[in-house]
Amino acid sequence: MPEEFKPGCERPPIKKMNVETDIAAEPVVKEEKKSMIRVGKPAPDFTTRAFHQGKFKNIGLSELKGKWVILCFYPGDFTFV
Amino acid sequence: MGAEVLSVSVDSVFVHKVWNDNELSKMLGHDIPFMMCSDQDGSIGKAYGIYDEDSGVETRGRFIIDPDGIVQGFEVLTPPVGRNVSESLRQLQAFQLVRATGGAEVTPSGWKPGKQTLKPGIDLVSNVWKVWKVEQAFED
Repeated sequence: MPEEFKPGCERPPIKKMNVETDIAAEPVVKEEKKSMIRVGKPAPDFTTRAFHQGKFKNIGLSELKGKWVILCFYPGDFTFV
Repeated sequence: MGAEVLSVSVDSVFVHKVWNDNELSKMLGHDIPFMMCSDQDGSIGKAYGIYDEDSGVETRGRFIIDPDGIVQGFEVLTPPVGRNVSESLRQLQAFQLVRATGGAEVTPSGWKPGKQTLKPGIDLVSNVWKVWKVEQAFED
């Protein structure tokens, strides 16, 4: 189940993509694998931070196996619609 | 219906808190009951194909995921148009019914809870017209 965490002053960790550090090497253009979501196929797993009823929590989609999940994306807080 | 709802945007959890505390809880009369997830680098949105690189935000993607972690359905809208929550719930109930019957019953167009389902089988081949009428797709 989602575990509560105490927010500190640090910037929330941002999951960086692999960055090529060897500048001598030829620039590597990484083809990002873009597989379309398809019905009948597994939902991509993720872990992230959430606000839930007065608490900050860490949550992973895989923790919710065994339950139906409605996952809703939206453009941003305080947008009007 | 026992489903877990997760909302996701590129806002931080701090912004989610302030939005809940200062606006949404006033709209609802209570806190947002579901987890408001933060996807600040857009990686979740990218994985689900609904992140808009040009504007740096996530479009209105909604995914129904079953207890095995399988995507059963999705809908994606551009930002200015809001969703129809009751349609999402209808679909959830339909998927739950199909799962509960192991696929022995399926839900025709326009199905709602309590309405007629269809039972696929050899006897139903070419005979749907006898048991199901087109008007049922448009009924309230």
